[in-house]
Amino acid sequence: MRRPFIVRFFSATPKAGWQALAIFTTFALLVVPLLHLAVPETSVFHVSSYAITLIGKIMCFAIVGVAMDLIWGYAGILSLGHGLFFALGGYAFGMYLMRQIGRDGSYQSDLPDFMVFLDWKQLPWYWTGSDSIWWAAVLVLTVPALVALVFGFFAFRSRIKGVYFSIITQAMTFAAMLYFFRNETGFGGNNGFTDFKRIAGYSITSPEMRVTLFALSAAMLMATLVLCRYVVSSKFGRVLMAIRDAESRVMFLGYNPLHYKLAAWTLSAFLCGIAGALYVPQVGIINPGEMSPANSIEIAIWVAVGGRATLVGPVIGAFIVNLSKSFFTQAFPEYWLFFLGALFVGVTLWLPQGVVGLWSQWREKRANALAIAPADAAVEPGAAK
Amino acid sequence: MRHIFVTILVALSSFAHAAVDTRLLTQLAAEDSDEKIIAIQKIAQSAEPDAKSILQSLADGNLNDPDGQPITINNRVRREIDGALAVLKLFDPSAVVRLNSVKEISTNVDASMAPMLRKAIAQESDVKVKALLVEVYALATLKDPDKDIRLAAVTALATSADPNNKSVLFEMSKPENEAETAVRMAAFRSYLQVKQRQTVVENVGRVFSGLSLASILLLAAMGLAITYGVMGVINMAHGELLMIGAYATFGVQSIFRTFFPAQLDWYVPVAIPVAFLAAAAVGVVLERTVIRWLYGRPLETLLATWGLSLILIQAARLIFGAQNVELANPSWMTGGVEVMPGIVLPLNRIFIIGFSLFVLTLVWVLMNKTRLGMFVRAVTQNRGMAGCVGVPTARIDTVAFALGAGIAGLGGVALSQIANVGPDMGQGYIVDSFMVVVLGGVGQLAGAVWAALGLGVATKFIEAGAGAVVAKILVLVFIIIFIQKRPQGLFALKGRFVES
Repeated sequence: MRRPFIVRFFSATPKAGWQALAIFTTFALLVVPLLHLAVPETSVFHVSSYAITLIGKIMCFAIVGVAMDLIWGYAGILSLGHGLFFALGGYAFGMYLMRQIGRDGSYQSDLPDFMVFLDWKQLPWYWTGSDSIWWAAVLVLTVPALVALVFGFFAFRSRIKGVYFSIITQAMTFAAMLYFFRNETGFGGNNGFTDFKRIAGYSITSPEMRVTLFALSAAMLMATLVLCRYVVSSKFGRVLMAIRDAESRVMFLGYNPLHYKLAAWTLSAFLCGIAGALYVPQVGIINPGEMSPANSIEIAIWVAVGGRATLVGPVIGAFIVNLSKSFFTQAFPEYWLFFLGALFVGVTLWLPQGVVGLWSQWREKRANALAIAPADAAVEPGAAK
Repeated sequence: MRHIFVTILVALSSFAHAAVDTRLLTQLAAEDSDEKIIAIQKIAQSAEPDAKSILQSLADGNLNDPDGQPITINNRVRREIDGALAVLKLFDPSAVVRLNSVKEISTNVDASMAPMLRKAIAQESDVKVKALLVEVYALATLKDPDKDIRLAAVTALATSADPNNKSVLFEMSKPENEAETAVRMAAFRSYLQVKQRQTVVENVGRVFSGLSLASILLLAAMGLAITYGVMGVINMAHGELLMIGAYATFGVQSIFRTFFPAQLDWYVPVAIPVAFLAAAAVGVVLERTVIRWLYGRPLETLLATWGLSLILIQAARLIFGAQNVELANPSWMTGGVEVMPGIVLPLNRIFIIGFSLFVLTLVWVLMNKTRLGMFVRAVTQNRGMAGCVGVPTARIDTVAFALGAGIAGLGGVALSQIANVGPDMGQGYIVDSFMVVVLGGVGQLAGAVWAALGLGVATKFIEAGAGAVVAKILVLVFIIIFIQKRPQGLFALKGRFVES
C-alpha cells in the first residue's frame, strides 16, 4: 500500500536526522540570535556581527553545496557552472535591493547610481516591477531555474555527459560573466550592485535584520536538506542514482534519463538561486566575479571535501573550506591558493568519500572490531565456517 | 657665424644653373608677411636645387636681407616655411624621404601644390612614390576649374587605398558639390572601387589576425587534444603549462641579457627547446604524482588538475611576482611587412603562424610516422586492446602527457611574443582551447586544426561587427548549439564504441 505523501516526506529523514535538525534549529533560530541581540558586547557569550555574517554566508554556500551534491553526488553530473545560478538569484534580489536605496544613493536620483553614471534616463524594461519584493521573489524562484531548464534541456537531450558537460557548463558561466561585465547589460557592469540600504523599509545593517537573514538562511538550509533527503530516497532518486551508475541500462529498462536529469538539474539550480538571494543582502555586494569559473569549481570542492552522495557532507565541506578560507586570507594570504590547490588534489587522491566517508569508515572498523570480539568469545559450532 | 648673405647668394645664383629666381629672394626680405609667404610658396613650387637650403636658413634665422640684417619671421611665416620644406623633400635624392614627404603632404593637400606635384611626378623614378604622388596630385586637382582635369583626378583616385578618399569621392558624386554629370558619375564609380578595395583590405586584415589567434589556440589545444585523447583526462592545468613555457622564455631572455647581451636577438630559438623541456618536465611530475592515480575517474581528475593549476599560479606569483614580466621582441621580429597598400602584417604574428605550422608538422610526423605515435594512437582508440598486443600503456600515458605539456610550453614561447607574461596568463586561454578540443573532436589533429582555424577567424570577424565580448559569447553559444548536432565534434573517430 502506498503511504501518503506527507508521511513519505517526513519519514525520508531518519530520526537521528530530525534530532540533529531540532538541535540546529534551536541554535540557529533562538540561541545565536539571542546571544547576538540580548547579550552585551563585552560578555564572552556575545556573538559578534562578524561571526553572524560569516556563518550566515557559509550557510548560503552550504545550500549551494547540497544543491551541487544532488546533481553531482546523486546524478553523477559535475557542473562547473553552478556559480551562475547562485549569481542569477543574487542579481534578481539585488535589483530589488538597488531599488530600495531610493533617493539615498550618491546621486540622489530615482535611478540606481550606476544608471545615472551611465547617463541612462529611465529603467530598462527588464527592471519593471523590481521595486516590489514579491516580484523579486518571483524572479529569484524562476530565473535561475528557467535558465537551467533551457540549458539542461539542450545539453541532456543531445546526451552530453562527463567532462564534456562540465566544460560546457564552465563555458556557460564564463560567457555569462563576460555578458554581465558589460555596462550595456544593465546590471552595473564591473561594479555590480552594492551600497544597499534597506529591505522592505528596514535598515539592512541593523542587528535585527542581520539576525533575520541569518535565521532565514538557516531555515532555508534545513528545508533544503529535508527536501533533498526526500528526493534522493524517493523512487525518483533511485532512478537518478541508477542513471549515475549505468545510464545505458536505465534506458534499456524503459526510463528516459533526460527527464530525471533535467528535473534534478533544474531543482539544483532553483536551490542555488535562493541561496544567492539570501547571500547578497548579507555580504552587501553582487558582481559578475561571482560567475567566474573559479568560483563554480570551488563549489565542487566543498562537496568533495564533505563527501559526495551524503547530504550532510556538502554542509560540512562548505564550513571546512570557507572557515579555512577566512582564516588563511587573514593570516597567510599568500598560502591560501596553495592550501586550496592541495585540498583539491588531496581530497581527490586520498579522500574520495570526503570527511563523512572517513567517519563512516572509522565506524565500520569499530563495528567490525566489536563484532569480532564476541564471536571469539563464544565459538558456535557450524557458524565458524 | 655662418650667415649667408643674400647679396652674395644673388651674385652666385646668377651663375648657377637652374637656381631660385633672385627677385624672389629680395621679396623674402619684404616687410609684409604676406609678401614673404608668397615668395616662400613660389620658391617651393620652383623646386630648384638650392630652394631647400635657402628656406632652411630662413627658418634658422641665418638669412640676411640686402642690408646685412637677419630677416625676421613670425609664426605664420614659420608655418609656411615648414610646409614648403616638407614639399621640397619631394625632390630629395632618397626615395624613403620622398615617400614620407608625400604621405605628409597627402594629409593637407590644396590646389596651389598642383604644379609642383606635376613636376615631382615627372621627375619621380620610384614606382611606389610615383603612385602615391599621382594620388595626391589627383586630390590637389579635384577642384580644378577644368572639368577634364577634374575627371582625370576622380578617375585616378579609383586606385587609392586611403580610406579618407572614399568620403572625398562620395562628396564629389553629389550634385551640390560637382556640376558636371560626367565627373559625378566617374566619382561615384571610383567611390565604389575604393570601397570595394577597402572591404578586401579589411577582410584580409581580419583573416590574418584570425589566423594568428588560431595558431595560438592550436598550440594550446594540440597538447590538450593529445592528453584528452589518450587518457580521457581534462587537464585544467594546461593553461599553466603555457605559463611555464612563457616564464621559461623569460628566464632564457634574462640569461642572455646578463651573459650574452650581444646575442640578445637570438634568445627565442634557444628558448624553444628550453620551454618545451621545462613544461614537459612539469608535465611528467604532474602525471607521475597525481594524474596517474586518477585514471578512469575523469571528473576527479578535472578537480585535481584544477587544484594543481592553483598551486602553479601561486608558485609563479611567489617566484616571479604578481606583476607581468617584461619580454622584448627580438629586433628581427619587430616591425611588419606591407603586403598590400594599407595592410601591414606584424612580423611577430607572422612568426607565430609559421611557428605553429612548424609545431603542427612535427606533431603530425611524430603521431603518424613513428612507432611512438602509433602506440599513442593505439591507446587513444582502444586502451585495453592496445595493452593486449603489447603496447606499454602506462609508459605511453606518461610520454603522451609530457608531449602535450611540452607543446603547451611551445605555445607559451609563442604567446610570450605577443601577450603579457604573468601568473594568470594561462587562465585566459583554457576555456578557448577546450572549445577547440570540443569542437574538433577528441584525439584528432585535423579536427583541432580546423576547429582552431574556424574559431580564430570567426572570432575576429564577429569582433569587427559586434565587439570582443559579444564575439566571445556568440562563439560559445554557437559551440553549445553545435554540440547538439555533433556531440563527437567535427571529426569523430570512426569505429564501433560502447560507452562505458
